[in-house]
Parts: sequence; structure tokens; C-alpha cells
Amino acid sequence: MKALTGIAVGVLTAAALTVAALPASAKDWKTVVIGTEGGYAPWNLTAADGSLDGFEVELVKDLCARMKVECKLITHDWDSMIPSLNAGKFDVIMDALSISDERKQVIGFTDPYAATPASFAVLKDSELAKQLPMNGEEVKLTGDATHDKDVVEKLRPLLKGKAIGIQAATIYSKFIYDNFKDIADIREYKTAAEHDLDVVTGRIDAAFDDATYFLSAFESPENKDLTLAGPKIGGPVWGEGEAFGVRQSDTDLKAMFDVAIAAALADGTVKKLSLKWFKVDVSP
Amino acid sequence: MPDFPFIFDTMGKLLAALPTTLELFILSISVGGVLACFITWARISPYKLLSLPARGYIFVFRGSPLLIQMFLVYYGLGQFAVVRHSIFWPVLREPFVCAVLGLALCTAGYTAEILRGGLIAVPAQQIEAARACGMSGLLLLRRVIAPIAIRQALPAYSTEIILMMKSTALASLVTVWEVTGVAQRIISQTYRAMDVFLCAAAIYLVLNFVLVKLTGGLEYYLTPHLRARPTSLSAGLRPLPPPAAGDASHG
Repeated sequence: MKALTGIAVGVLTAAALTVAALPASAKDWKTVVIGTEGGYAPWNLTAADGSLDGFEVELVKDLCARMKVECKLITHDWDSMIPSLNAGKFDVIMDALSISDERKQVIGFTDPYAATPASFAVLKDSELAKQLPMNGEEVKLTGDATHDKDVVEKLRPLLKGKAIGIQAATIYSKFIYDNFKDIADIREYKTAAEHDLDVVTGRIDAAFDDATYFLSAFESPENKDLTLAGPKIGGPVWGEGEAFGVRQSDTDLKAMFDVAIAAALADGTVKKLSLKWFKVDVSP
Repeated sequence: MPDFPFIFDTMGKLLAALPTTLELFILSISVGGVLACFITWARISPYKLLSLPARGYIFVFRGSPLLIQMFLVYYGLGQFAVVRHSIFWPVLREPFVCAVLGLALCTAGYTAEILRGGLIAVPAQQIEAARACGMSGLLLLRRVIAPIAIRQALPAYSTEIILMMKSTALASLVTVWEVTGVAQRIISQTYRAMDVFLCAAAIYLVLNFVLVKLTGGLEYYLTPHLRARPTSLSAGLRPLPPPAAGDASHG
């Protein structure tokens, strides 16, 4: 029985190795398949005619031209983006993916092409809109409890007893859970648009997400009553920034992207696209 | 080699969400069941004023995806200021209530049709016989129609409640984190889809195994007339008791 299992495991491992080795052995990248959500405006969005558009979509077109490869964009659910990358459904994740230690254990990252702050979205006529401290200020947090204490302690009294919405499986959910779990009702949503809807209806008092996402979401008429409140939180707490996710075995692909990103940062392409889509410069 | 500490840890987290799944299931099945009785009653009514709305209800809730119904109940109703300012809002703003409501409204549509199937399978002769014995109204329903209709409907209904147990997984879309939702959350933190989903599947298998056994037991209890009598097996070779006594007693 043991021997049999051994053989079975051996065969499976060999099969897995072959599969894993295939993309790596194809040194010559002619076509790169890029997985994106197509629903995280303004990073990536699906236009009315069904085509993909957004900051990342324009950026990746520029990068692919620099790398002289053909890029094919496909849409995929955010939830299962990382397992699907490792399963080989596409070669690159492009979805405002923040670099984090947990993620580094399972996938590789290119160099970051953006680093954006996060903030709270609330109803314009709510108490929180008027009372959240440090409104509009840019603060840098590190994720270290003692360093961040000042800012967190100022926010806590006002968030006490409030319902806060976050998008599940984002880097922001950890921050909110770590600092406000004991005093606030935290609700997790599958998409960012859904927590916006619930702030509008008053089911929750605030949503916490990427500030650039909110600024673009506020442009739609449904969200006309929403506004940012409290500090714009940036810094190492969100990791090194947003980068493309690649399989750990595809070091050659990462190297190609790193060179192209460095060039796009150097000649101002990232800044230009950032100002166009975010109204602020998000270059790292 | 499976990573047992991880699997135990995952199982613990998933089991912590089990009460939510069970509450969703029990409440939606109960509310849906009561609603279904009214809909069935309206659906078989000879009056168009009753039967047409019931047909419409079944058509809508059986014909559209539960996922969309759930979204409409949760995000859709909240869009209307009228609803937000009504007396129902304190209840409707709760995600759990909306999840139960979505599940119950949907299962009521299916259950109503299953009950109707059971009802029309009650042989007319049996009702006539009961009426001839002087039964009518609720007594007729309780003693004759309901037992026959329920046992006819039971196999289909057991499938429906098993489907509902699995449908509770949709509640995580409206921020009610039940077993499947928690499984997805763990996967998004650990990226280990296989181990976590297998644990979740095992929980549903056990739950549905219990459901199958319960409905199976109920079916057995309701169908004594279909079972071979234990005496007739052992008494197969013995001469039958004289039939005259039995006949006389009904005289």
C-alpha cells in the first residue's frame, strides 16, 4: 500500500513538475496572457462596449510594446486570482495587486508600478464625515502597532459601534480587523461596489478601501452622496505597492516586466497615465 | 502527506461558521414551508383571483436564479428611499434577515409545486371514501389528504431541502459568512483551495447525510402499507386464519 502511494505520488509529482516546467522552459515569451478583474475602476474596468480599459490596461499595453510581446487580456474573479495563476490559467495578475509577505510565499511579484493610499468613504451628511479626525491628511503607517498607535487611537473613539465595510481578501481587511475588530462591526463584501452600495443605503457607516478607487467610484451618480473622510493612509502598511503577480518559476518574465516598468517610470509614462485615471500621481 | 495541523485548524474555523449555516437553513426552510402551504392552497383554488397570483409567484421564483433574487432582496430593496424610510427597514437592513428572506422566497416557489404534486396524487376514491365516512374539512385534510400528499411529496421535497442546504452558501454574497464563505476567506488568505474546499465539502456531506436519513425515516414511518408484514414472512407456510372473522367485524 505504501509503495503504491509512493508511486502514485511520484507520478503526480512528475506530472506537476512537467506542467510547472512547461512555461519556464518556453523561454521565448511571444504571448503573455494577463488576468484582470475588469471591475476595479479606475485600475481596470469593463467599458460599456465590453472592452477593457483603465490605468492598468493602458499601462500594460505600453509595457507589452516595450517588451515586444503580444499581450492577451482575460477577465477573472478576484477571489481565485492567485490559485488560477498558479494553475496556469494565465501568466500575469494585473488587478491592483499589493505586494505582501503572505502572497510572496505563493507567487512572485514584479517591481511595483504604483503605491496608493487608502481611506474611509462615508455619507456626506453623516457624523463621521464631519468628525473623523485628520480629514484629508496624508499619514504614513507601517503596520507596526507602536508606530501606528497615534493615528489608530484617534480613529477608534469615532468608529466605536459603527459598521465598517471592506472588500474580503484585500490588504485592507487585515488592517481593519487588527485595529477595530473589538469596537466595530466589520462586514466583508465580495466586491468594492457592494460596500459602496451599503454605505449609500445606510446599512454600514463607512467603507474602507483604496482612495483612488473611491475617487473614481464617486463619479457615478449612484454614489453622489459619498465622500472621503479621515486621513489618507499610505506607507509600508500596505506593503511595497501594487505590482504584477507572476508565477515564482517565471523569473524570466518577471525580469522582462521589471525592465519595462523601470523604463515606464523613468520616462513619465506611469505618471501621465496615473494623472489621467486617478487625478493624482501614484508612481511609487 | 496531508498537512493535518492546517486541516484541523481549517476545520475549526469552518465549524465555527456551522451555526450560521444551520440557522440560515432551518429558518429559510420553516418560513419557506409555511409560505409554500399558502401558495399551494391558492394555486389549487378554483378561483382565478387566487390561483393566478400563485402561478405568477411560482413562475418568477422558480424561473429566476436564487443568486439574483438574493441580490435583489439585499441590494435592490435598499435602493428605494420608500423602503429605507419604512417600518421594515430596521429588519431589512440586517444582512441575515435578507439572506433568510431570499432563501425562503425561493424555496417557497419550489416547495409549493412539490406540495401540489403530492396533492394531485391523492386518489379521488380515497377522498370519496373519507367523505362517505362523514369526514370533511380539516378532519379530511388531517386524516386522509395530508398523510397521502406528504408521503407522495417527500422524495421530491427531500431533494429540495438538500439543495437549500447547499444554497445557504450564497449568503456570503450579502456579507453573511457561513461555511462556504469562510472557506473562501481562508483560501484567499492561504491560497490552499484544495484542502479548504475538501473540508467544507465534508461538512456539507455530513449535514446532507443527516437530512437524507431524517427524511428517509419519515418516509418509512408514513408508508406502513408498502412494507411486507413481518408475520406474513414467518407465517408463509402456515394456513391462513379463517377469513370469516375479519369480514364479520366490518359487517
